[in-house]
Amino acid sequence: MIERLKQAPPLDPGAARNGWAKGHGDHPLDRFLKEGRIPHIWCSGCGIGIAFTAFVKALEKGGFDPDKTVVVSGIGCSGRAAGYLNLDTFHTTHGRPIPFATGLKLANPELKVVVFSGDGDLSAIGGNHLIHAARRNVDLTVVCINNFNYGMTGGQGGPTTPLEARTTTTPYGCAEHPFNLIYLAKAAGAAYVARWTVLHTYEMRDAMIEGMNKPGFSFIEIISPCPTGYARRNKLGSTLDLMKFYKDNSYLATELDPDDTALPFKGKVAVGKFVDVEKPTFMDMYNQYVVARAKGSRK
Amino acid sequence: MTPPGARRSTPSAAARGASASVLTGTHFMTGDEACAEGGLAAGCSFFAGYPITPATEVAERMAERLPQVGGVYVQMEDELASMAAVVGASCAGARAMTSTSGPGFSLMMENIGLAAMLEAPCVIVNIMRGGPSTGLPTLVGQQDVMQARWGSHGDYEVIALSPESPQEAFELTIEAFDLADRYRTPVMILSDEVVGHMTERVVIPPAGEIPRPPRRGRKPPRKGFVPYLPDGRGIPPLVFAGEGYHVHATGLTHDEHGYPVITPEAQERLVQRLVRKIRAQAEDIVRTEELYLEDAEVVVVSYGCSARTAREVVDEARRRGDKVGLLRLVTLWPFAEQRIRQLARSGRVKSFVVAEINCGQIAYEVERCAEGRVQTTLAGFMGGRIFSPEELYPLVQEALG
Repeated sequence: MIERLKQAPPLDPGAARNGWAKGHGDHPLDRFLKEGRIPHIWCSGCGIGIAFTAFVKALEKGGFDPDKTVVVSGIGCSGRAAGYLNLDTFHTTHGRPIPFATGLKLANPELKVVVFSGDGDLSAIGGNHLIHAARRNVDLTVVCINNFNYGMTGGQGGPTTPLEARTTTTPYGCAEHPFNLIYLAKAAGAAYVARWTVLHTYEMRDAMIEGMNKPGFSFIEIISPCPTGYARRNKLGSTLDLMKFYKDNSYLATELDPDDTALPFKGKVAVGKFVDVEKPTFMDMYNQYVVARAKGSRK
Repeated sequence: MTPPGARRSTPSAAARGASASVLTGTHFMTGDEACAEGGLAAGCSFFAGYPITPATEVAERMAERLPQVGGVYVQMEDELASMAAVVGASCAGARAMTSTSGPGFSLMMENIGLAAMLEAPCVIVNIMRGGPSTGLPTLVGQQDVMQARWGSHGDYEVIALSPESPQEAFELTIEAFDLADRYRTPVMILSDEVVGHMTERVVIPPAGEIPRPPRRGRKPPRKGFVPYLPDGRGIPPLVFAGEGYHVHATGLTHDEHGYPVITPEAQERLVQRLVRKIRAQAEDIVRTEELYLEDAEVVVVSYGCSARTAREVVDEARRRGDKVGLLRLVTLWPFAEQRIRQLARSGRVKSFVVAEINCGQIAYEVERCAEGRVQTTLAGFMGGRIFSPEELYPLVQEALG
């Protein structure tokens, strides 16, 4: 065979730094961002940026070592968060950030491993991994941005889309019951479960710090507006309207009652910390039980 | 079974495992167990898997042995998760492996593609059984050969090794880890149910006698570090999460900085490099075993358990005075292209007989490399059992003319 491939252009240092930003470092939080990665891909009015900022502030306030903190994302709008952070970051396959993070954490328990991804990635294609990581109580912090639809692909319905809500794939209104993610996480065994909206910037930041300091599986759901996809098709107004909606309709709850914490279409939003328990992590059990017995069994 | 007496005390768990984990001695063990022991001898400190016949014994052995030597065994919820965890562990610096068979191999394809894209070294053991679909869970097949090569979407190249005995399963698994590091690629052990479940003598040398080349050279400086800037062979430096390099690794098409760049130019540069880093060095990677090829007129090409029958047939033909030789493929991918072209062009070889348990996955490759000069015969069996010398011999006779 005569190979006639197009000559691959060699690395052009200038082009490789395409988008390198002037003024990087002017903002005190810039040290947490990779140079040249901003502007981000999120639409104006998107809530992911607010959650992302809360995470960066959590890194700062929590004093987490940037050399030992790793962020893993899946696919989707929220999945792009990893790529902006000046840490070791991984943008993995759709639905698999949790098992990928499990491998990272178990192979190097020194690392603080955070999964930052969306509701479709984590609860549809990755739903099985979510419940099993919670069951195993792997020491991970999962930040799940829930905007009730698949934003990256243009606003399709998914397992969090409320009954009656319209998306491009539920043009007559969603006819499937949605997941209550915090209830699911608790039932599966998570050690820490919280839910906030992007209006609750401080609570969200503090929940991220608490989750990252919590040994075991932490699940933090962030309710977020998707003005381009979900909100527009459901005539929910602008992000400002949705922020007002969160202000008027969110209420602090402590009991994780499945009905009270469900998220019906245009319904109230229960927020707060729902689970915060001490239980041995996967590695605690592995070291104290499995390894101890394995060493004893060696002949 | 006694592990070696001398256990050095070293700082990291992985390094501690390395010396303690070599089960020096002469053992009677299955090919599956030998894969696990080979992994341990290579310093594997992480295994994520899911039970599946006929590969379960690899996982069982790892579940028993890894906690003894400072490693981590985790049984995941499926093979999608297993492979994702292996890639994650690889990125954290562990020598990581998994094992599976056909149906699980299909599920692993997604994250094998991720490993190829992130250039995460790891080892995947596939104890092949008959397919398609659920097929023959307990019985042999060699039908995943092409899937191993290109089973994940997109263009990439991998390395696949095929052992014919438990002893070789042990040795090739060690080698697989070294190749994975050297070329920053997933490496497959394409074994089969017959080799996986057969019990034979396996001699494991003392730890000091097992070659353990360093995983990488000197760590690059952090300042100005460009994570995917390749060396002359097309291979970027191996660094791990937690070392302070702050690398972004993405399954998206990316530039040398690891940043997503969604352009045709970036795609040309990245994909050509991923393919070429293996293809251009294929002759350094390819390994074959040759028997009576000096004067052979008919060359039987085979691998894995099939090669055991082929060897018997070739020996028998020689006893009868027929000029038959054996080319056993130890590496399936990259393919032993040059050697087969050479034989085809020798003017001496009249025919290739490819003996395999599938409908011609390697035979097509052999025919391609024969370039119309030499006739290629597929001695194909669909699986469920290993074929007998009596079944293969007449086909070789036919080829002799």
